[in-house]
Amino acid sequence: MSRAERTGTPGWKFYVAVWLAMMAVHQDFWNWRDATLVFGFVPVGLAYHLGYSILAAVVMAVLVRRAWPAHLEALERETADGGTSDGGR
Amino acid sequence: MIPAIVVFAYLALVLYIGIFAFRRGQSSGEDYFLASRSIGTFVFLLSLVGTNMTAFAILGSSGLAYQRGIGVYGLMAASSGFVIPFMLLLVGTRLWGFGKRFGHMTQVQFFRDRWDCSEIGTVIFALSAAMLVPYIVIGVMGGGTTLEALTATTAPDGTVSSFVSYEVGGAIVALVVMSYVFFGGMRGTAWVNTLQTLMFLSFGTIAFLLIGRELGGLDQVMERLSANPRTASLLTRERMSQAEFWSYFLIPLSSIMFPHMSIMCLTARKVVSFRRTVVLYPLCIALIWLPSVYLGVVAADSFPGLGPGESDDVLLRLLTANTEILVAGVLGAAIMAAVMASDSQILALGTMFTEDVFAHYGATKRFGARAEVWAGRTFVVLITIVAYLVALRAKDQVGIFELSIRFAFSGYAAMTPIMLAALFWKRSTKWGALAATLWVAATVLASWWLHDATLAIAPAPGQPPVPIYPALGGMLLRGTGGVTIWGALPVVPMVAGSALLMWLVSLATRPPSRATVERFFAPAPGVTAGTPQ
Repeated sequence: MSRAERTGTPGWKFYVAVWLAMMAVHQDFWNWRDATLVFGFVPVGLAYHLGYSILAAVVMAVLVRRAWPAHLEALERETADGGTSDGGR
Repeated sequence: MIPAIVVFAYLALVLYIGIFAFRRGQSSGEDYFLASRSIGTFVFLLSLVGTNMTAFAILGSSGLAYQRGIGVYGLMAASSGFVIPFMLLLVGTRLWGFGKRFGHMTQVQFFRDRWDCSEIGTVIFALSAAMLVPYIVIGVMGGGTTLEALTATTAPDGTVSSFVSYEVGGAIVALVVMSYVFFGGMRGTAWVNTLQTLMFLSFGTIAFLLIGRELGGLDQVMERLSANPRTASLLTRERMSQAEFWSYFLIPLSSIMFPHMSIMCLTARKVVSFRRTVVLYPLCIALIWLPSVYLGVVAADSFPGLGPGESDDVLLRLLTANTEILVAGVLGAAIMAAVMASDSQILALGTMFTEDVFAHYGATKRFGARAEVWAGRTFVVLITIVAYLVALRAKDQVGIFELSIRFAFSGYAAMTPIMLAALFWKRSTKWGALAATLWVAATVLASWWLHDATLAIAPAPGQPPVPIYPALGGMLLRGTGGVTIWGALPVVPMVAGSALLMWLVSLATRPPSRATVERFFAPAPGVTAGTPQ
């Protein structure tokens, strides 16, 4: 049984895939020399990357649902009384 | 003078916040350095954003956009908007967890614990600390530049003079930052960062509206820029190469390895504080960077012909030329807020000296916990003085943006494989970490040397890069901004080499003891076997 199956959180391949997909979407080479103005005052290359920033927020919202390290919430309950659970450094 | 008075009132306010935090604080090291791990979601988000926004984000990005166009937003802001929260989710949450379990207060404490090592941790400390100093210097330089520009007056004969010189302005900023970090520690720094972030989140919208209206509409400015052959390329990415653009995507990896960012991750009261933070982070970055980059391009229409060093203050020039004097002061304070974000770096460096050196080598046991806090405060003072002296020497020598990129960003990005291996790879070893750290140190120095050694052959803006060693063809090129390797930024081989060395040397050396691996990879106490890890 893989770690991903055992823990219910995605494995490293999932994170690498998300990373590479977002890196690919970031490379809008077709806008490189395009000076078209969106709404008359925003260059199209700038508008695209503003859209990318919004996409990044959406992707992070999905990751928080799909890849949240829930075991840390259990740790939080464990240490709720304050201090560290392992006796410090 | 009114803008300067507003800025000085702001400086007094942040000083008061630091002293107020001092009254709320306790005398323990964990309270001074980490605010007792008690920061709530709102302050956590805004202070993380503020921590990462220095003069580099506001002044550096608008100055660079003035030179290279709108592509600066995609180059740094859009990529950071994804990579930084991604790393906060992947790495920041885990660091928070280990900090909570084992009491770590710095990255190096985590590395020492994770790999059963002492001296190798000291090597990592030395490199991290050395790369953080230029980042602090930038804050002082930005402060000096801002106060000098805000108090500038023009005589009837056209002579420009400033009421506050660069040297005095830098000293004032350094003194104020040092004071509230000295008294308020992490609590004061987080509160000031929250105030700063709120100010510069609102700054962009206000600046957009006011400057746009004063210039007769931003659409008119864009039309003029588009019609002028000398500025038309600023609306595209013609002034940067595609290889540079994609390779820059690795630079924001540096965020989680910046000591101030990782230490800030340890301050959250609850892990759920990361949830909203990582979702809202890209939008905060956009709100701050978009106006800075856009107005940097707009400035090319209002103030043509500025050189790379001179264009760092184009935002201030736009403000003073196009807004009412009081508004210019308020907006100047907002920029000042960003410039003064070097507080977190100063505190982080103080924390590292205290925890990784002073406490690690037994001084806390010898002199007591109270001495630990005072050692931290002493380091804060010394670091600030050194940063100020360096800022005096560095004036007008290099652009703010370039300085930070060369010394800090690439190096920290290349250290990310060390952190990922420590967190996720049981088989990783301290020798792998040492090899990767030495590789990072060597490549940072090499790229710095190569950059300086090729200044004489650096092409003018808009000109193609030139081969450094013609026999190597296009392998090593010198462009306007720096050295590239097959067109890509040095960060690419730096990260790849670091990851490769971490992997190979770990496999070739003895792994940490079973007990150590169990300690970090077995479920934490109170976590049931079925709980996701």
